[in-house]
Amino acid sequence: MIARLIEGVPRRALILLGVLLLGLIMAPLVASDYLLTVLILILYFAYTGQAWNIMMGFAGQLSLGHALYVGLGAYTAATLYVHFGIGPWIGLLVAVPVAALAGAFVGFLAFRFRVAGVYFAILTIAVAEFARVGFDHLNWTSGSSGLFLPVAQYTHNDLWNLRGHPAMFYYILLAATVLAFIGCRALLKSRIGYFWLAIREDEEAARSAGIDTFHYKMAAVVISAAMTSFAGVIYAFFYNNLFPEQVFHIVRSIEIILGPIVGGIGTLFGPILGAFVLTGLAETLTAALAAAGVDLPGTKQVFYGICLLLVIMALPDGIWPWLCKRIGLAEREK
Amino acid sequence: MSALLTVDAVSKRFRGLVAVDRLSFEVPAGGIYAVIGPNGAGKTTLFNMIAGVFAPDSGAISFAGERIEGLPPDRVCRCGIGRTFQIVRPFPALSVEDNVIVGALLHRQHVVDARAHAHAVLRRLDLYGKRAQRASSLTLPDRKRLEVARALATDPKLLLLDEVMAGLRPTETDRIVAILKELNRDTGLTILLIEHVMRAVMALAARILVLHHGAAIAQGTPEAVVRDPAVIHSYLGVEDVS
Repeated sequence: MIARLIEGVPRRALILLGVLLLGLIMAPLVASDYLLTVLILILYFAYTGQAWNIMMGFAGQLSLGHALYVGLGAYTAATLYVHFGIGPWIGLLVAVPVAALAGAFVGFLAFRFRVAGVYFAILTIAVAEFARVGFDHLNWTSGSSGLFLPVAQYTHNDLWNLRGHPAMFYYILLAATVLAFIGCRALLKSRIGYFWLAIREDEEAARSAGIDTFHYKMAAVVISAAMTSFAGVIYAFFYNNLFPEQVFHIVRSIEIILGPIVGGIGTLFGPILGAFVLTGLAETLTAALAAAGVDLPGTKQVFYGICLLLVIMALPDGIWPWLCKRIGLAEREK
Repeated sequence: MSALLTVDAVSKRFRGLVAVDRLSFEVPAGGIYAVIGPNGAGKTTLFNMIAGVFAPDSGAISFAGERIEGLPPDRVCRCGIGRTFQIVRPFPALSVEDNVIVGALLHRQHVVDARAHAHAVLRRLDLYGKRAQRASSLTLPDRKRLEVARALATDPKLLLLDEVMAGLRPTETDRIVAILKELNRDTGLTILLIEHVMRAVMALAARILVLHHGAAIAQGTPEAVVRDPAVIHSYLGVEDVS
């Protein structure tokens, strides 16, 4: 099992991954509360970035509306908890199918009626915006005034109800990020992964090679949406409040895709690296400015903009492929 | 010998322009069959109808006893028809090997099996030594052969080749001709090719169909076809045979 997992991974990469993972496991022991929340944010983006990367990086379908799946996951689990006292892990069993269905809806509309490229991206924005406005007027989830989860003291960690110290959320997200990484690698190296890459490269040629492109594009959207919704559930129980204006907002969707773009679209490690670089640097900048007593709202957004500009101009394939060559890891992944 | 592919009174119009006009012919199993004709004769339109890119306006296309006209391209391929494109379309960012693995995975569930099959196909097409290269870094002759390799990896019973020799030097043409002949002889693969390069057509085809304005003006053995006055008038005589 483990032998199959690490098959074809260069030894240096394994060692680096091991060191990184060990560091991340130890981090909460030494990190301050503030640093821990930054790390949680990084892992959140590392996880959602990987989910988005399945659609765009592997199958070549640009989604600019992944906030939809975060929001649906968050609202479904939170509503079940607030109204029926159903815990998040059971709620997950509902939240994931709900998001998967939403993904299937977007996918079916687009792929059945041949909405592709830019128009597909616009469709994903439209459905997310539709959800935002819809939830704004949905009384059951308290509409625009927001849905609040009862906040508990950190007396003990209740893993079953996801009530507790941020460190608990950190470890959950770390596990999710690692599992997503292993899962993405397994997908990419399997039959479906090859078909996705073929569709990304040339859809017409893929069809002539016998690939049912509708089927495999649908699979990409549904898997990506289902994965993303888990992050939504964690989001809801970590922040304890949900506003449609926030969770479904297009800015949330854009934040998810920045990591993979900076790290390297279509690579396995790019989304994780991108999340660390972007969120890490942006939070450092914010903290440094705060320490210097400067209060400039929007600094983070400007910083993201500059990062994106630099990467697109200097390293259009992202940082990871470039770094791979630099540290002597031949690009084994596609 | 029974027909593997039967095209029966097939027509296709594009806004009043008749591209293919009530065309009928049969490709026998195990043979190499060529379609020639001047530019705009309807050759690629004919191919696209067989491959499922679009449906004929009327007429029937049967493959191995099944009606296939109007099926989408992926279904046609799964029936056992592999095709290449006139303008090559490899998956540019993938390696040569992975390009062929994609084809091999059509009838194989596991990447390991597909890779083994892909290697066998790559050896046949003289591309094994370049399997780790990105497809986008290949030269045109190599890309043309990669295109054939990907189609071949899907285990077709019929291979449709759309001008695979176009733009190649004579030595490259001879190389592909030799590979295709060997394939046909060793595996019994049926090949239907569109070709302008008469040198290749004469060396390969057992039968030739000559299209002109969407209709067949001659059919038969290469020797008979090149002596046909109608063919000389509309095609061979007009073109500067190089």
